[in-house]
Amino acid sequence: MSQLSTQIPEGYVKVFSRPRSLSDAKYTYCPGCHHGIIGRLIAEAIDELGIQERAVGVAPVGCAVFLFRFYNVDFVQAAHGRACAVATGLKRASPNLIVFTYQGDGDLAAIGTAETVHAANRGENFTVIFVNNQIYGMTGGEMAPTTLPGQRTVTCPEGRDVKLTGHPLKVSEMLAQLDGPVYITRQAVYDARHIQMAKKAILKAFRNQAEGKGFSLVEIVADCPTNFQMSPVEANRWVVEKALQYFPLGDLKVKED
Amino acid sequence: MLKGLVVIDRERCKGCGLCIESCPFGVLGFSGEYNSSGYNVATMVQPEKCTGCAICAQGCPDVAIEVYRLQPQGAKEAA
Ligand SMILES: Cc1ncc(C[n+]2csc(CCOP(=O)(O)OP(=O)(O)O)c2C)c(N)n1
Repeated sequence: MSQLSTQIPEGYVKVFSRPRSLSDAKYTYCPGCHHGIIGRLIAEAIDELGIQERAVGVAPVGCAVFLFRFYNVDFVQAAHGRACAVATGLKRASPNLIVFTYQGDGDLAAIGTAETVHAANRGENFTVIFVNNQIYGMTGGEMAPTTLPGQRTVTCPEGRDVKLTGHPLKVSEMLAQLDGPVYITRQAVYDARHIQMAKKAILKAFRNQAEGKGFSLVEIVADCPTNFQMSPVEANRWVVEKALQYFPLGDLKVKED
Repeated sequence: MLKGLVVIDRERCKGCGLCIESCPFGVLGFSGEYNSSGYNVATMVQPEKCTGCAICAQGCPDVAIEVYRLQPQGAKEAA
């Protein structure tokens, strides 16, 4: 970026640039994918809290499988859905680490439901970033537990039939019923205002851990332009008009001490 | 009036157009130039209108945008 900066006329100062905790590697996500924004917010939170040296991420299986390449932060790659189990081990063995998992809805809410629910119920002291894009992105757009009623995917081309495949799983509502978690919130990143709110939620979830409070989960309702077969702008509109109707934003549980 | 300036990393830009859509002042547009991955990269088409608000950079999925603001004399760097 330094060679770009040389073109800046005198008197201009930098007000926005890549966070230090992001590496120089280019994201492998499709154009317009919200994974990229969420990844940046986590890096900014790590920078702001000054925890780069003791943060350890647990990468999922899904489009974010290469997450470890995108950060200047240590990472562990978990088997599909097992991020919360791996994070439990990491955090219990080394309580000084700041441990976070980053998981899609296929990873966290399908194959990894049990690990997630029990980690939350045990009140494990780590942070979960849950990217709910209502579809299996990496494998080509199959139906996820979070796919909306009537939403078309390659495995339900006529739209999800709730009589056949059930209703979208409301993970955050479910976990908020448990006594274990201290913070469960649902956010979105389709515009600058919501991106700022999501950033605040991620900061709070990391602070909770640093203060030893316990399990925090930030769900982010995201898009998947490629598999929705929409332009990035249309996919943003889908999030607002369709996904947020089923997955309303806000805090579902905030346990103050 | 605030004066701003954005620098878009051509090789990171995937031409998704979200910055163009989000800019409140119509500063950004497609350049018609393609990077080595074949993406039509975004650029400032009306640079004089940029205020340096960074809304484009906030929503850039590829973190490809740097934002600069003209500081009044004597002010300190914010970053
Ligand atoms: C044990 C196992 N089962 C299935 C798969 C195939 N698989 C890879 S990614 C994925 C789901 C990805 O969806 P999600 O977690 O929503 O992430 P996204 O790609 O949408 O970001 C599946 C089922 C696998 N890699 N390993």
